[in-house]
Amino acid sequence: MSEPNQIDAPAEAISAPLDLEALRTRLSSAQGPQFWRSLEEIAGTPQFQAFVENEFTPGTSEWSDPVSRRRLLELLGASLGLAGLTACTRQPAEKIVPYVKAPEEFIPGKPVYYATAIPVSGYADGVLVESHMGRPTKVEGNPEHPSSLGATDVLRQAAVLGLYDPDRSQVVTREGRVSSWMSFAAAAGTLRESLLSSKGYGFRILTEAVTSPSLAAAIRNLLAELPGAKWCQFEPVSRANVTEGLRLAFGRPLQPVYKLDQAKVIVSLDADLFGADPGAVRYARDFAAMRKPEASGGMNRLYVVEPTPSITGGAADHRLALESCEVESFARALAVELGVMAGPAPEVSHPRWIKAIAADLSKHKGACVVAAGQFQVPAVHAVVHAINAGLGNAGNTATYTEPLEATASQTLPDLVEEMRTSQVSTLLMLGGNPLYQVPADLEFTEALRKVRMRIHLGAYDDETSAVCHWHINEAHGLESWGDARAYDGTVTIQQPLIAPLYGGKTALEVVAALAGRPGATAHDLVREYWQAQNKGMLTEDVWRKQLHDGFVPGSALAAQAVPLAKDWAAGLGSPAKTEGLELNFRPDANVHDGRFANNGWLQELPRPITKLTWDNAVQVSPETAAKLGIRNEDVVELRHGGRTVHGPVWIVPGQAANSITVHLGYGRWRGGRVATGAGFNANLIRTSGTPWHVTGAQLAKTGARHALACTQDHHSMEGRELVRIAGLEKYRKEPDFAQHVGHGPVKEMSLFPEFKYEGYSWGMAIDLNACTGCNACTIACQAENNIAVVGKSEVLRGRDMHWIRIDRYFEGSLDAPEIHHQPLTCMHCENAPCEVVCPVAATTHSEEGLNQMTYNRCVGTRYCANNCPYKVRRFNFFLYDDWESKSLHGLRNPDVTVRSRGVMEKCTYCVQRINAARIEAEQEDRKIRDGEVVTACQAVCPTQAIAFGDLNDPVSRVAKLKKDSRNYGLLTELNTRPRTTYLAKVRNANPELEKA
Amino acid sequence: MEHDEQQPSKAVDTEYEVIEPGHSYRSVTDHISAIVLTRKTPKTWLIGFGVSFMVLSLLLMSLGGLLVKGIGLWGVNQPVGWGFDIINFVWWIGIGHAGTLISAILLLLRQDWRTSINRFAEAMTLFAVACAGIYPVFHTGRPWLAYWLFPYPNTMGTWPQVLSPLVWDVFAVSTYATVSALFWYVGMIPDLATLRDRARAKGAKIFYGMLAMGWRGSARHWARYETASLLLAGLATPLVISVHTVVSFDFAVGIIPGWHATIFPPYFVAGAIFAGFAMVLTLSIPLRVFYKLEDFITNRHLDNMAKVMLATGLIVGYGYMMETFMAWYSGNPYESFLMKNRFSGPYMWFYWALITCNVLAPQILWWRRFRRNVTMLFVVSIIVSIGMWLERFIIIPVSLHRDFLPSSWGMYWPTSWDWMTFIGTLGLFASLMFIFLRLLPMISIFEMRTIVPPAEGRSKE
Repeated sequence: MSEPNQIDAPAEAISAPLDLEALRTRLSSAQGPQFWRSLEEIAGTPQFQAFVENEFTPGTSEWSDPVSRRRLLELLGASLGLAGLTACTRQPAEKIVPYVKAPEEFIPGKPVYYATAIPVSGYADGVLVESHMGRPTKVEGNPEHPSSLGATDVLRQAAVLGLYDPDRSQVVTREGRVSSWMSFAAAAGTLRESLLSSKGYGFRILTEAVTSPSLAAAIRNLLAELPGAKWCQFEPVSRANVTEGLRLAFGRPLQPVYKLDQAKVIVSLDADLFGADPGAVRYARDFAAMRKPEASGGMNRLYVVEPTPSITGGAADHRLALESCEVESFARALAVELGVMAGPAPEVSHPRWIKAIAADLSKHKGACVVAAGQFQVPAVHAVVHAINAGLGNAGNTATYTEPLEATASQTLPDLVEEMRTSQVSTLLMLGGNPLYQVPADLEFTEALRKVRMRIHLGAYDDETSAVCHWHINEAHGLESWGDARAYDGTVTIQQPLIAPLYGGKTALEVVAALAGRPGATAHDLVREYWQAQNKGMLTEDVWRKQLHDGFVPGSALAAQAVPLAKDWAAGLGSPAKTEGLELNFRPDANVHDGRFANNGWLQELPRPITKLTWDNAVQVSPETAAKLGIRNEDVVELRHGGRTVHGPVWIVPGQAANSITVHLGYGRWRGGRVATGAGFNANLIRTSGTPWHVTGAQLAKTGARHALACTQDHHSMEGRELVRIAGLEKYRKEPDFAQHVGHGPVKEMSLFPEFKYEGYSWGMAIDLNACTGCNACTIACQAENNIAVVGKSEVLRGRDMHWIRIDRYFEGSLDAPEIHHQPLTCMHCENAPCEVVCPVAATTHSEEGLNQMTYNRCVGTRYCANNCPYKVRRFNFFLYDDWESKSLHGLRNPDVTVRSRGVMEKCTYCVQRINAARIEAEQEDRKIRDGEVVTACQAVCPTQAIAFGDLNDPVSRVAKLKKDSRNYGLLTELNTRPRTTYLAKVRNANPELEKA
Repeated sequence: MEHDEQQPSKAVDTEYEVIEPGHSYRSVTDHISAIVLTRKTPKTWLIGFGVSFMVLSLLLMSLGGLLVKGIGLWGVNQPVGWGFDIINFVWWIGIGHAGTLISAILLLLRQDWRTSINRFAEAMTLFAVACAGIYPVFHTGRPWLAYWLFPYPNTMGTWPQVLSPLVWDVFAVSTYATVSALFWYVGMIPDLATLRDRARAKGAKIFYGMLAMGWRGSARHWARYETASLLLAGLATPLVISVHTVVSFDFAVGIIPGWHATIFPPYFVAGAIFAGFAMVLTLSIPLRVFYKLEDFITNRHLDNMAKVMLATGLIVGYGYMMETFMAWYSGNPYESFLMKNRFSGPYMWFYWALITCNVLAPQILWWRRFRRNVTMLFVVSIIVSIGMWLERFIIIPVSLHRDFLPSSWGMYWPTSWDWMTFIGTLGLFASLMFIFLRLLPMISIFEMRTIVPPAEGRSKE
């Protein structure tokens, strides 16, 4: 408080002259002990009296008057206002206005959903984002979007944590000091002037893969103004091989879009169709749709040939572990066998496979597809699509569209060369983290030092921003306006769910600032672009509908009918020769190229096959490990091309014998608290020319050890019938094979009468034949249920918290195992072993069959977890939830309790969603309909492997699945009577390959 | 106190005496009460107590840390939800068994030889139960709410869930602790009166006077005393069986292979007596040397205790055999895997060490030569204590670490906090034992007088 009269009083007092003699007499004449505060007090000056009176808020003395009604009301109002002030820790800077008229359908406590898209490496996936009172909390798939059909992958699920990440870059910096967007805009204006005068020579733009039509147009317009400027796209996980391969085959760059729902036979040559592919979610759905053993048309058959096991390989009927370098020969041999290519066929190590696959493909001309992975050299793609053309698949199961990525004017090696020779004066980096991401052979760091002005737009204060003159904090995808294309070209207009938390800017806005429009908002820029595209005919209604639906109808790129180029085979050269160990580079399934490395959910999510968390590893085959005498967690020195990197070994069954795989995205040294220090940086031995695999790598033991946090150490089912599998033939003969395993106790054995479920009786069925083990359910559950991240040391101790985990088992030999996935939720057993042993009745059975946890009542004896045969209960050994980071508060689902230390937790069947549906139904005085309650894991599942609903409703999907002949319960011999059951897996093996 | 003139009824007819010849009523009283009243506190006591108390501080520190940070400081995890906490709980409860067995069952069976060891065996019981009691409270995730296991009227309108063996545990252990404490205290009243009468210092007079509760040694007092101790013995006898039976239910009621076994109650009770006698031997052998009590705790006592140990050890061995047999005979794949895992899994060394300690080592007690060899007995008793600890390790973490789904198998290793807590309870036990030895008569004076042979008892009057 700085009311003037308050400080005036003592000032006046001091200014009045003091009569010290008088003071002495005053003191000596006083009776009894006298305490005085100041000379002024003794002097008893009127000013001092005034000061004492005014020591408190001006007007205090008046308030000693008897309280009048008017005064009382004043005080009440004031204290109410003050109470409001003190309760907030931080005042919002914006003007807040209460709703005089509430927006339509905006009901406090009820979430609203907005359609948008979240691009990764340029490719968008249509999503609906759940927003609670303006806070985005959960990502769901957009059922109408062709790439999603209601499902998403793990990266999209984790996007909300990325939004609230407390380590995000929060401010514009200039040479490391806090600056502002206004200052940058001013600097951009100056820069523009000088660029215009120099015609842009020395000006370069470096972006990630850009599929956004508006951004591509904006950059092109800027380049048009500056003829000397160039644009380079660098995407660490690029699909350049794909487009280049198709250019070889068809004479012009294209990209393939597969129609797996029409393919009876699918051959994947290292194509991770359900994992790394931009269309993975859709492909998985289409694949599962064709994989119904009971369907009259039969099941599809999937062959996968790959060096390192992927989830696609796990889903395969036949998987061949083959070194990356051998894949080209394999493809050529297959083409020769099919008569697509002229002989002689190169020698391959698995001629039997070639014959069998070729025979199978020829039997299904037009209804089969061969796909090649983006990590394979262009020649493989060319051969593969020549096969597709030869088999009549082109146009049916494989269609071709123009590439999605905008065409850039420069390649990265050219740009780096120019930078090194000081031809680049200004480098604008829009997104990305090239300092970390660029393969070491280009020596990007040294080259960057020679650039006079370095501008970086990035979500994190990362390795690159640390060496830039300007760093602009980038708005998160959920905060920004924009547009992006999905795998088939469908455009989604991104709409923000929330105003940028830290005032971040999008690439579009930065480009606009350089284009002389620093004030233009992303919204206006996107809107203008689409207005122009529609020649001014984009009405507000249409625009709104596009936003609402989450995609622009008919924007998918047209399939091109392209004939095979005449001399396509001539341009291929000869397949590379292998020597020594082969080294594969792969994007990490969770942290991708490192851009998600600061996302705790993704770090802690077990990798689909290895079940590793928090680290990358040097993945070797059992054979190589035995040959070199290395064990898991041995730190090895990995050498290639004169560069070395150190990393811990992880032996992966099913890895091709002479092949090593390392994953990108680790070894960050400036990426936030979570990212920094985890794993090793594979980019350090990566080369830009052959980014995905090289030969002649060397491994050497260092003697050091590094602990890896793996959530499942044991690979074998120990002969137990956990995942039940049969061949298609056996299934046809004996459809209920899964139910003839073991023998559970007879239901009628109990002396007690059965509990009658009068209302609902919830249950779940999981189709193991559809599950690919993609992990989306695990992370969707984490987002929905506020599940904490515990950190590497706790995972090492086996204290991970996931409510739904995916068990992965290997079957068969170490070198060529079959891979099985089995998601485990709480089984909500009818005779739950956990319930009887809880001493405080904290876990009980609801009258709808749910096994409930009452967190408030739990004292934490952990007896229930011990007694759970499925081991799905999770305990808060410490206070795992981050209660401190304010930004994370916004992330939490308000419908789910945030658990504290010392209590047990587990899957609830998303009881909050059941209750939401119940409220809805009761308002309309009806029962909950089938499909109204969708659990988080069910909603996200790309293959719709999970069904949930009321078992009392005979026509519900889950009730029907429970009657399916493949339905079986896990460990039913214990008489637990689980409510979650499984549909057995059926394998459609090719008899030709089964013959040993 | 010269009130007790009743004649000891039974002469000792075995080769060893339960009291060495040459003792009179007075010498017995003098010898035992002097330890408390007149002898100077030995330096060894001070050192021993000092060290124990320091170790006890370790317990306070580790429990303090636990309260602040959480149960995660321990090595427990998923799938092994119980580790050192329950191992040590069961171990300590087991040790506590010998005291009540000696004082109650042997009293009812009129085994006179129990006289000289029952007092400190009972004290040992109490202290062991105190150590054990720490674990169920602190092993919970929220120890401050552990009282919810007790049935008490509350505003939440809830009761404990009585189907849970943990609730049975609460009753079993708290009843056991109460009855043991009562039995111990009631049995000490005549001796406390003796100390009151013999005490010179005023403080001691008041202290023992208060504790003696006005005991005058009248015939009526004695009559009531006899009734009370018989009643308490009657009460305590089923408890000996029930406590460990209930503790075994913690496991037997569970469905985890290695837990779910009907043999558990008798096997646990035998194991507890086995462990209890081992601990009584471990304590009495050094005690009788330090306090020169060889006359009272004679070789006959040691010999008898060794026999009890051998017998219960054989029962325990039978238990191991039956577990193995049933694993094979039941044809249950999970049970047979469990045994295979015990024999050759990652914790196989623990299992084979357990067999060595609990089954092989006690076999030497068949020979009288070894039962008479005090050093050998001491070593065997320590080995058995370790063996019984290992047994609980085998039952708890080793059963939990690999159960039904191989995907959720894990390993359990204790952390330094686990060790600190365990060693800390040893400190608590030792501290309490030292205080007991210094302040209370460690051997029942009046009962010892009843076994002084009549001729000798009178000759030196």
